[in-house]
Amino acid sequence: MSDTKQAVPMPKGRPPKGARVPMKMDKTTMKRLLGYLKPFRGQLAVVVICTLLTTGASVMSNLFLQTLVNDYVLPLVGDPSIGFGGLLKALCVMAGLFLLGAVSALINARIMANVSQGVLKTIRDEMFTHMQSLPISYFDTHPYGDIMSFYTNDADAMQQMLSQSIPTILNSGVTIITVFFSMLHLSVWLTLIVIAFLGVMMLITSGISKKSGSYFMKQQFSTADVNGYIEEMINGQKVVKIFCHEEQSKEQFDKKNAELCENTYRANANANILMPLNNALGYVLYVILAVVGGVMAINNVTNVACFAVNTMTLGAIVAFLQLSRSFINPIGQLSQQVNLIAMAVAGAKRIFTLIDEKPETDDGYVTLVNAKRNEKGELVETTERTHLWAWKHPHTADGSVTYTELKGNVVLDDVDFGYVPEKTVLHNISIYAEPGQKIAFVGATGAGKTTITNLINRFYDIADGKIRYDGININKIKKADLRHSLGVVLQDVNLFTGTVMDNLRYGKPDATDEECIAAAKLANADSFIRMLPQGYNTVLKGDGSGLSQGQRQLISIARAAVADPPVMILDEATSSIDTHTEAVVQAGMDALMKGRTVFVIAHRLSTVKNSDVIMVLDQGRIIERGSHEKLIAEKGQYYKLYTGAFELE
Amino acid sequence: MIKALAKCIRDAKVPAILTPIFMLAEAFTEVCIPTVMKYMIDFGINQGDINNVVKYGVMLLAFTLASMMFGVTAGVTASRASSRFAKNLRQDMYYNIQRFTFSSIDKFSPASLVTRLTTDVNRVQMAFQMIIRITFRAPAMLIFAFIFSFRTSPKLSTVFLFAIPFLVIVLAIIIKVAFPIFNKTFKTYDDLNECVEENVRGIRVVKSFVQEEHEKSKFGKISDKIFELFTKAEKTVAFNAPAMQIAVYACVIAISWLGAHAIVESGNAEPGLTVGGLTSLFTYTMQILMSLMMLSMIFVMLTMSKASADRTAEVLREGCDINDGERNIKELKDGSVEFKNVCFKYSETAENNALDHISVKINSGETIGIIGGTGSSKSTFVQMIPRLYDTTEGEVFVGGENVRDYNLEALRNNVAMVLQKNTLFSGTIYDNIRWGNENASDEDVQRVCKLACADEFIQKFPDKYNTHIEQGGTNVSGGQKQRLCIARALLKHPKILILDDSTSAVDTHTDALIRKAFREEIPNTTKIIIAQRVSSICDADKIIVLENGKISDMGTHEELYNRGGIYREIYDQQTKGANDDE
Repeated sequence: MSDTKQAVPMPKGRPPKGARVPMKMDKTTMKRLLGYLKPFRGQLAVVVICTLLTTGASVMSNLFLQTLVNDYVLPLVGDPSIGFGGLLKALCVMAGLFLLGAVSALINARIMANVSQGVLKTIRDEMFTHMQSLPISYFDTHPYGDIMSFYTNDADAMQQMLSQSIPTILNSGVTIITVFFSMLHLSVWLTLIVIAFLGVMMLITSGISKKSGSYFMKQQFSTADVNGYIEEMINGQKVVKIFCHEEQSKEQFDKKNAELCENTYRANANANILMPLNNALGYVLYVILAVVGGVMAINNVTNVACFAVNTMTLGAIVAFLQLSRSFINPIGQLSQQVNLIAMAVAGAKRIFTLIDEKPETDDGYVTLVNAKRNEKGELVETTERTHLWAWKHPHTADGSVTYTELKGNVVLDDVDFGYVPEKTVLHNISIYAEPGQKIAFVGATGAGKTTITNLINRFYDIADGKIRYDGININKIKKADLRHSLGVVLQDVNLFTGTVMDNLRYGKPDATDEECIAAAKLANADSFIRMLPQGYNTVLKGDGSGLSQGQRQLISIARAAVADPPVMILDEATSSIDTHTEAVVQAGMDALMKGRTVFVIAHRLSTVKNSDVIMVLDQGRIIERGSHEKLIAEKGQYYKLYTGAFELE
Repeated sequence: MIKALAKCIRDAKVPAILTPIFMLAEAFTEVCIPTVMKYMIDFGINQGDINNVVKYGVMLLAFTLASMMFGVTAGVTASRASSRFAKNLRQDMYYNIQRFTFSSIDKFSPASLVTRLTTDVNRVQMAFQMIIRITFRAPAMLIFAFIFSFRTSPKLSTVFLFAIPFLVIVLAIIIKVAFPIFNKTFKTYDDLNECVEENVRGIRVVKSFVQEEHEKSKFGKISDKIFELFTKAEKTVAFNAPAMQIAVYACVIAISWLGAHAIVESGNAEPGLTVGGLTSLFTYTMQILMSLMMLSMIFVMLTMSKASADRTAEVLREGCDINDGERNIKELKDGSVEFKNVCFKYSETAENNALDHISVKINSGETIGIIGGTGSSKSTFVQMIPRLYDTTEGEVFVGGENVRDYNLEALRNNVAMVLQKNTLFSGTIYDNIRWGNENASDEDVQRVCKLACADEFIQKFPDKYNTHIEQGGTNVSGGQKQRLCIARALLKHPKILILDDSTSAVDTHTDALIRKAFREEIPNTTKIIIAQRVSSICDADKIIVLENGKISDMGTHEELYNRGGIYREIYDQQTKGANDDE
């Protein structure tokens, strides 16, 4: 149990995990999202030109029928002697145009692949880079699943929009505009009918879309509900079996499952209705136009076209009918994109909140450098890899630079701290750790043991008081250098995908194989590592899932040993190692701790007994301090803990 | 795989059969429409006959309406069928998991089971809906449209005999090239997710070791690879639309040329090919080639969802080799346990026995302590008693009968076990404890909580026994959780109680109180206690020392201590001052 988990208040009442509710279109988010397209301006210009050519070709293919009939077939029927030469020429021109259209479509799609994946990559990289700069408190307050879904669900939604919606919108938009003017060119009256009909059509489809949208939300919620239930029950499956609780577990599941089924049905049914409905409405328009056009032609109603006033020809009606089909289809496609875009924008909005999250501030200017002593015994900076380190402290007042040897002296002076300003969890903590000393923290869960160690490496910043490292206020030290000088071994071990060797080398990428093996031997990890299929080159996957908790802790100890820092923090570092093995590791641990300042948090008091100072913490205060002998003699809290009269966790 | 999934159709059967029927009807009416349009143009508009325009207009509307009705109905039945199918699939999987043995749970791992039940089922549902909607519609459309175009003009329809194979070949090539790239992309996506997951979970490690830059470059590399692969795949797929367009346009030009000849040669538009006929042929061209396009899309999507279908079917097919015994004994005579030469392996291929020739006899009412190092198979040993695993060799007897002869529920209700990795569920404390016995009264619950020393801290909660426990029990401490789990097991009034390292987070004093309560309140229950702390078991009637799956020693505390060996080593090491007051 890490202390922080208890101490950080989690916001209650958030929607269940996985509930992704499409929000209203957000203009600023949309604008920002489109801003990512900026670097691709040149390519996008080509895309627009290509789209024009492609849709041009497709509109031409629709209008070609009229030309074919009016200009070639009918005259030929009247006078076959004209010959097919003219038609052949016209067809060749069309073929050229079509080919151009097809090639443009190809170029278009290939450029869009580049653009959409490029934008996604930019966002993905930005997200990850920014995430690395966020303070630990961000990870405390944001559940793991929520962060993951930025990279999965939300990024997927954006991908959908970039690689599907944008091309569709471009295509449909250009088609609609071109067709619209072509229609105007043929007949203004009929175009007016189309516009009026369009209004009616929008009314009907938007009604259905709205309804399907609300069912879609319900579906998302019940999906989250079922998934949550499944997660909880499957993770506790062994307990379910032991208590023969299978039937009850099924009963609950059936209820939730049935509800999900119903909501999925409604959401999908509404979505499935839209397509045939749009299609049918298109035909209704077709019939209306045919009848009205026919009546107009037969009664010789004056037709108003864009550039001329004439009578309605039959060819014009046929062509118009054809055009009306190409007008309605893209509108149907556009209406399908609305939901996708809304989801993408909602996803983008969440991703942007991550990117906008305030990064960990670092105003430190004191850095850690390799040093050596000159003839006068003064510390000077060097580029060689000496084993002597120094804090380089530039003073802004007089421009001078001082060097302080890195020793591992850590002082906490009257420190107060709270995860949230309203609630102080540590009160008046003062600790003086001399180089090479072993300081232990003992206390119940939530007493603040881990919190103190998190302050030393500045995972959190203190509210009041001072922390000094080798006499330097840690706020002045660059965070990266501060953390380089501190080694941490935590109870919950996190390993990374890669070989065992990679993991050992994690804190010191330039460590040699020999150094790593030596550290593994020190931690007593060498023997089991050699028993792995490929020894040190065995690839660990999924957080080292093939290893036991104890083995993972041993690797974690070795990893810290490779990094070789002057100060170590051991937070329940041996809790999962059985006492027998711990005794064996103890020698290695002792060797590891030798010559270093060590902060130890341990549950087994036998582990902390030989500390120089033991701090007993209770509710964020140090209530007792001193050596084991002194504390036993005082017969206070520690004595009670030690004799088992008091519960530790 | 299909056989396993087909069983889940059940109440989805009727809509699943109706959908393709309606889809076929819709395709048919859709294909009729251009012909009606042809009549409307030829006999109505071109003849200037408004009556015919209206007549065919009404007919067209009728077909449109029919097509819409079929389409809408098919849409509704399809969503009915697919949602029911998904429900059944989820249910069957969930039910089967309830029957899973411990080894099956280990084999799949809970995390993988959750993914299979959620993400994979969703993909299968989508594939299912696509199958019943489009796999029938697209080929039917293709065939109908071809027949109708053939009826309009057999000569011009020969164009399709060239266009269709062309498109099929091009699409096949695209799929063949793009598919492996997509597959690789998805694998790289897994790497990406894994990288993010590791970083989110291990952010403290990353920051402690100041490896942010390293992680960024690692992520950047994966991100680059995804960009590269995905772009490559999409660029291949980019050939789809132009190929389609070329096919359509080629048909348009060929039909125009041949059609013009046909009309001119017949000298008259009337009996042979007409203007309307040409229009309808253009429409049929679209319908035929679009259907092909659809088919290729379905093919790709179905192959992609095949992996998910396989993963769900695997869960469905996982057999349950631990079933109620033939004799189905429902009563346990007493709490005695006997192992007769028991060997056990976790998998058939495992080299070493996890339990190696174990023989031991435990009398009813005894308290047994089990101790041993990590990996000595302590947990495996006790898990044989409620038959969570079946022995590979030898027999386990409980209450004088072979565990394989019992009714499983009866056996497990009488053998209560508190697991090492235990779980509390979201709900009140009452809800959680009542897992042991649904009908227990509030007093019963409070009584077992007192026994497990849980009452004292429960009383300190503002809502006492109605305190809500968060999922996984994250809002109680480790020690509190363990005591609640013990109380939960006690409520079953078991004949045998097994504690698998269940008091490790409880202080020695409370630990002793719990053991005292066991002694006094449930003297007839056999108590088997695994512990790392010697003090938890040193007063047991018998202590079993396990080492590498074998019993290395057995006896009372005094006997074992005097004999020396591992037990004495552990004891000395732990008591070196640590509990001299005990």
